[in-house]
Amino acid sequence: MSKDNVIQVTNIQKRFGNKTVVQDVSFTIKKGEIFGLLGPNGAGKTTILRMITTLLRQDAGQILLNGFDTLTQSRLARQQFSVTGQTTAIDQDLSARENLMIFGKLNGLASEAARSRAIELLTDFDLVNSADQTLATFSGGMRRRLDLAISLIGKPSILFLDEPTTGLDPRTRVQMWQAIQKLVAQGSTVLLTTQYLEEADHLANRIALIDHGQMITVGTPSELKQQVGGMQLRLEVTDLKQVPQAQKIIQDILAVSVHVDERTLIALLSNTGMQSASKILDQFQTAGIAINNFAIETPSLDDVFLKMTVGKN
Amino acid sequence: MKSATTKNLVFNNILTMTHRNLLKTLHNPDNFSDVIMQPVIFTLLFGYLFGGVIAGSVHAYLPMLVSGILVQSILNAASGSGQQLREDINAGVFDRFKTLPISPIVPLAGQLVGDIFRLLLSGIMALITAFLMGWRPTANLPALIVALLLAIFIGWSTSWIFALVGLIAKNAELIGSLSMIIILVMTFLSNAFIPTKTLPHFIQTLVKINPVSLTITAIRTILKTGHWSSNATMVFISGGIIILIFMPLTVFIYRRRR
Repeated sequence: MSKDNVIQVTNIQKRFGNKTVVQDVSFTIKKGEIFGLLGPNGAGKTTILRMITTLLRQDAGQILLNGFDTLTQSRLARQQFSVTGQTTAIDQDLSARENLMIFGKLNGLASEAARSRAIELLTDFDLVNSADQTLATFSGGMRRRLDLAISLIGKPSILFLDEPTTGLDPRTRVQMWQAIQKLVAQGSTVLLTTQYLEEADHLANRIALIDHGQMITVGTPSELKQQVGGMQLRLEVTDLKQVPQAQKIIQDILAVSVHVDERTLIALLSNTGMQSASKILDQFQTAGIAINNFAIETPSLDDVFLKMTVGKN
Repeated sequence: MKSATTKNLVFNNILTMTHRNLLKTLHNPDNFSDVIMQPVIFTLLFGYLFGGVIAGSVHAYLPMLVSGILVQSILNAASGSGQQLREDINAGVFDRFKTLPISPIVPLAGQLVGDIFRLLLSGIMALITAFLMGWRPTANLPALIVALLLAIFIGWSTSWIFALVGLIAKNAELIGSLSMIIILVMTFLSNAFIPTKTLPHFIQTLVKINPVSLTITAIRTILKTGHWSSNATMVFISGGIIILIFMPLTVFIYRRRR
């Protein structure tokens, strides 16, 4: 095993009764990476995560965390990571500070160290002003932040995040992203599951696409996008009557077929795309075709996702 | 040396977890209102309703009633352990505990050690209520304390049974109502509130083999005479056996990964 591989998952499998929920999944994650497990609901992401975090036992295959086997060296494996679950798992009856202190002590910190670490985290996560209120007064975003803060109390080298921003408003989501990126900058390795393509795209260095318990593909976000195809031109013509004329102009210049959807025209661009695009605009002007919208787009992870998981759900 | 530090660590972790459970209880007094109310209400109700019928007067009934209520309310408080464990599990807090590098006994022991507070509270409430109604213990204070401790010990050992139920059953409310029914049947089918002489034969047999009767008899003897009877020794040993069986079993079920 390479020393850089912080997480090494080899051919793991899991069945619940007759149903195979995870089939032959393998991946390795290097130190300092943010690795995303992306997939629709019920794809098996959480099951994979539960096996890696020693909460479930895989039927076959091996999981090593910093070299420690999750089955035979579970206690040592548990010392390597911390996990933030899909639902916030914190005591509602305790204050933020008490929650942090208790988990600090359970992570082996002495009272004094737990106290100062709690203050540090409360400051980092912008919770100082509500530190001593019970969680009943906390918003969803505050709870998530506290949940993440609790995970960090033992300064784990690996952090598992199960859908860390599900149900959060966009502003809080960005705050969480920043917090996660800061952690990685400090040397942690992060494995996160998400159903948000935007999140995976924004955060992850590499993404594994999971569907029906299988790993469909793995790569950097741009590698995945390349699998779908190059850039595309999308424009919207103001006058519906001019659509056929516009279609012909694009077809002549790009020499590809044009997809028409009412006023919207879409065509794939080759590498000479930019020049052709200005030529198209020139000819539109000469022909007196007005447009509402003009865009050159790279494919989104949405396109990857739809293409790779199409027809299976 | 190494095992000594490990033990020390487990002990410290249990203390931390106990602290957590006590904080939870104190922040949320609703959590122990039941263990305060039940002994008070039952002592008042039974004392004033049945005192005359059963013993000729409330005052004459109290020495009998007090040990019955003591055991009943402590068993009731013990049943709360299972329900609270289940609530923690359902809230996801236990998954987090499970992924910590701590001994698997810590979250369970923390809960159950914290629950001693509830047992103590309900036992003391039973004694205080009876005292206010005019009951005076005939034995001395040390005997009174021994009786209370024995009741708490037996309550604590049964709380491991309830904890196991809490781990296995999925629904916290179901655990609550089932435990209540079981405790009601067990205490009413015992010598807790009535002299057994008047009962039909086969019920008398049931009452005799009921471990709750055994416990109540032992505590009654201590409260009345100050003597630690052989009955008390048997109750003490039974409690120990329950702990020896159910503590490892509960930890095993808790550790099990499917």
